[in-house]
Amino acid sequence: MIRYNKVSIALHWLIGLMIFCAFPLGLYMADLPLSPQKLQYYSWHKWAGVSIFFLVMIRILWRTWHKPPPPVTMPNWQRLAAEAVHYLLYACMVIVPLSGWLMSSAKGFQTVWFGVLPLPDLLDKNKELGETLEEVHELLNWGMLGLVVAHVGAAFEHQFIKKDGLIGRMNPFAK
Amino acid sequence: MNRLLILFAATLAFTAQAVELNQVVPAKSQITFVSKQMGVPVNGGFKKFAAQIILDPAKPEAGKASVDVDLASIDAGSSDADTEVKGKGWLNIAAFPKASFVSSSVKPLVGDRYEAHGQLTVKGVSRDTVILFSVRNDAGGAWLEGGFALPRLQFKIGEGMWSDTSTVADEVQVKFKLFLTTKK
Repeated sequence: MIRYNKVSIALHWLIGLMIFCAFPLGLYMADLPLSPQKLQYYSWHKWAGVSIFFLVMIRILWRTWHKPPPPVTMPNWQRLAAEAVHYLLYACMVIVPLSGWLMSSAKGFQTVWFGVLPLPDLLDKNKELGETLEEVHELLNWGMLGLVVAHVGAAFEHQFIKKDGLIGRMNPFAK
Repeated sequence: MNRLLILFAATLAFTAQAVELNQVVPAKSQITFVSKQMGVPVNGGFKKFAAQIILDPAKPEAGKASVDVDLASIDAGSSDADTEVKGKGWLNIAAFPKASFVSSSVKPLVGDRYEAHGQLTVKGVSRDTVILFSVRNDAGGAWLEGGFALPRLQFKIGEGMWSDTSTVADEVQVKFKLFLTTKK
């Protein structure tokens, strides 16, 4: 099995893990009553989002110059579906943090990366726009969850039903 | 000779009185603040306040100020925060609806800059406070612009779990921009 290159594999799992943490945190924190803990959670979530966004930029650049290994044998429609899901996931990884950033700006809460690096506010404070962007951010996330389910489901199908070893292409531990 | 001097001084005082500014124009004036939450500056302000200020731009050190802020008119950055800060642990506006500043003296600094010394009272706590400000003449009056850092914990603003300054910083930067004119 020809693997992806090491950097691609590292970025895939790192970003995946970060989304796996930031997503439930975002879901949980939104409905908490106001408390210092809630302010912390929001900051952590925003720091994670900004970090993911920057890592995704690196990942896209890397991917542009490093072609993935050839796909395993599968029906054409499956190959196309897989490719479509990959593109949409990339789109989500860019748009989801961006929508969160815009939403924060519109709500009047600047994003300060790790409490140190202030990001510019892309929008002026605007309550209605802030609430709309909150909806957008949430919807995009549910959409991304659907894509992740499809992505992981397909990988498992290859691994456990077809047993074609496709997951090995992303195995971070293989020598 | 002495008489002449007194007369001269009285004339000066009268002239000064004539241009004395004593009316704050609410529509042009604002009191705002910046709190820091997790290192993020969050803007807020007060929509209602009453300020009695007497100021002669030619002699600001003789000025006097008494400002009452209606704390219920607070904008703390979000509707969640507005509700929260009115409560007992923060401003407790049911018991202490107003914050006030009363000046005792004004000292000139450099150029158009001054400092007002006085008593700041919030949530039943009074403390000597120094407020830096500048005076800038404009058509029909003058702008008073300045501010000070309010150490919120000294005034018991944000008690209990909120006294942790790593989430909400102790210092709240209070700023004001007031337009003063002469009462007709």
